[in-house]
Amino acid sequence: MGVVIQMRVNGKTQQHEVEPRLLLVHYLRDVLGLTGTHIGCETSICGACTVLLGGKAVKSCTLLAVQADGADVVTIEGLAALGGNGGLHPVQEGFWEKHGLQCGYCTPGMILAAVELLQTNPKPKEEEIRRAIAGNLCRCTGYQHIVDAVQYAARKMAAAKR
Amino acid sequence: MIPAAFEYHAPKSLEEALRLLSRHGNEAKILAGGHSLLPLMKLRLAAPRCVIDIGRIQALRYIREENGRIAIGALTTHTEVLESPLLRAKCPLLPQTAWEIGDVQVRNRGTVGWSLAHADPAADYPAAVLALDAELVAASVHGTRTLRAMEFFVDMLTAALLPGEILTEVRVPILPPRTGTAYRKLHQPASGYALVGAAACLTLGPGGIVERVAVGLTGVGPKAYRAVAVEKALAGKKASEKLLTGAARHAVPEHVEPLSDLQASAEYRTAMAVVFVRRALESALARAQGKPR
Ligand SMILES: Cc1cc2nc3c(=O)[nH]c(=O)nc-3n(C[C@H](O)[C@H](O)[C@H](O)COP(=O)(O)OP(=O)(O)OC[C@H]3O[C@@H](n4cnc5c(N)ncnc54)[C@H](O)[C@@H]3O)c2cc1C
Ligand code: FES
Ligand code: FES
Repeated sequence: MGVVIQMRVNGKTQQHEVEPRLLLVHYLRDVLGLTGTHIGCETSICGACTVLLGGKAVKSCTLLAVQADGADVVTIEGLAALGGNGGLHPVQEGFWEKHGLQCGYCTPGMILAAVELLQTNPKPKEEEIRRAIAGNLCRCTGYQHIVDAVQYAARKMAAAKR
Repeated sequence: MIPAAFEYHAPKSLEEALRLLSRHGNEAKILAGGHSLLPLMKLRLAAPRCVIDIGRIQALRYIREENGRIAIGALTTHTEVLESPLLRAKCPLLPQTAWEIGDVQVRNRGTVGWSLAHADPAADYPAAVLALDAELVAASVHGTRTLRAMEFFVDMLTAALLPGEILTEVRVPILPPRTGTAYRKLHQPASGYALVGAAACLTLGPGGIVERVAVGLTGVGPKAYRAVAVEKALAGKKASEKLLTGAARHAVPEHVEPLSDLQASAEYRTAMAVVFVRRALESALARAQGKPR
């Protein structure tokens, strides 16, 4: 039996009838075609599937689409628009500038986890950045460049506010 | 990994949820944050016929001071506990514990109530609510009742909730002056759950005497417990490092059979329980003495 759900994804209202057991990540990828949200482990560990739900980072493989009914969702595809400068979001730019990625599999989730951090803590210490991405695994970079990328974004966002 | 099909209900009030739960009985599972239940459903270790999603009941989401205690609605997330100014000021043990749970994403979704109702032997809050002698409020269509933390954890994954009951509130005390609290945890390196988690709450009296102390332990045995022998070894004595070290040796009493698994043998858990109880007590004492730690 289907359930009709409605949510705003990247600023656009979406409405679909879905099976209650449909996971949010499958809704985003298979129903909406937003394949930027990756599936890594499927077991709530790797964070590749991280999206923002009501501004908070969540693992979309551990959420039913019906649980997000009525919510505001941001995926990597919608992030640039939040940057407010017409181009890439400062965190995306940081990953570009500082070599924050190699294969890129973990990157969308990493970026969204970092965005949540910078919303609440605009000047994070290295230790705070590492803690904020503790739920996101990267098998390539060794994390150092990711930390650099987030620091770059923090500086850039602070400069833009001035 | 997709859960088996189920019938979905999203009640808007507690009353409606309780009615649904009593109608569907043990064919139904409550869904709160979903961060314990959904992983089980994806692995098909759980396949409820009916899921009652209480996530929309805003009336179960609050942290407020009430009759000299702090009442926390069951749907409050770990992040909300962590960031609550009220809890940080008046009962910091809960934010200290929430800080050690999972990762940001888990803390944004997981809720206090179901973390307790699930009675996972490796979950963190059970140690804290035991050390705080918290009260837990359960509701059903027949009314509500209040349980003490000490009687709440019955066995592995079994809480003292009756069929048809929903945990609605946790009540913790406002801690008196010269009280220090701490939660110290040995993380399972892959899952982040507690191999051993020790929560301590210690109040100093005149002359540096331990006036009141409570220690809760999780991860060690099939259910969380109060380390009563540790408390007895401390109460009424003048606090010192030596006293704490000696008391911590009683962390695992005879009646607790330590878990033994791939990550940690029973011997290792027992040894670590002693270490982490000592560390929790040391931090709690330093804080009670007003030293930052
Ligand atoms: C990757 C990951 C890491 C984690 N790490 C930790 C950690 O380090 N420490 C920790 O403590 N926790 C950890 N958790 C668990 C997390 O804290 C959970 O969110 C929490 O334990 C359960 O809360 P929930 O709201 O998600 O519950 P849900 O999953 O929605 O529900 C949990 C269970 O409680 C049951 N339940 C609900 N109501 C009742 C009732 N009235 N009577 C009986 N049973 C009921 C549900 O049916 C379900 O079985 C982790 C989870 C994940 C996914
Ligand atoms: S795919 Fe969701 S956490 Fe790994
Ligand atoms: S860049 Fe390859 S997993 Fe992170």
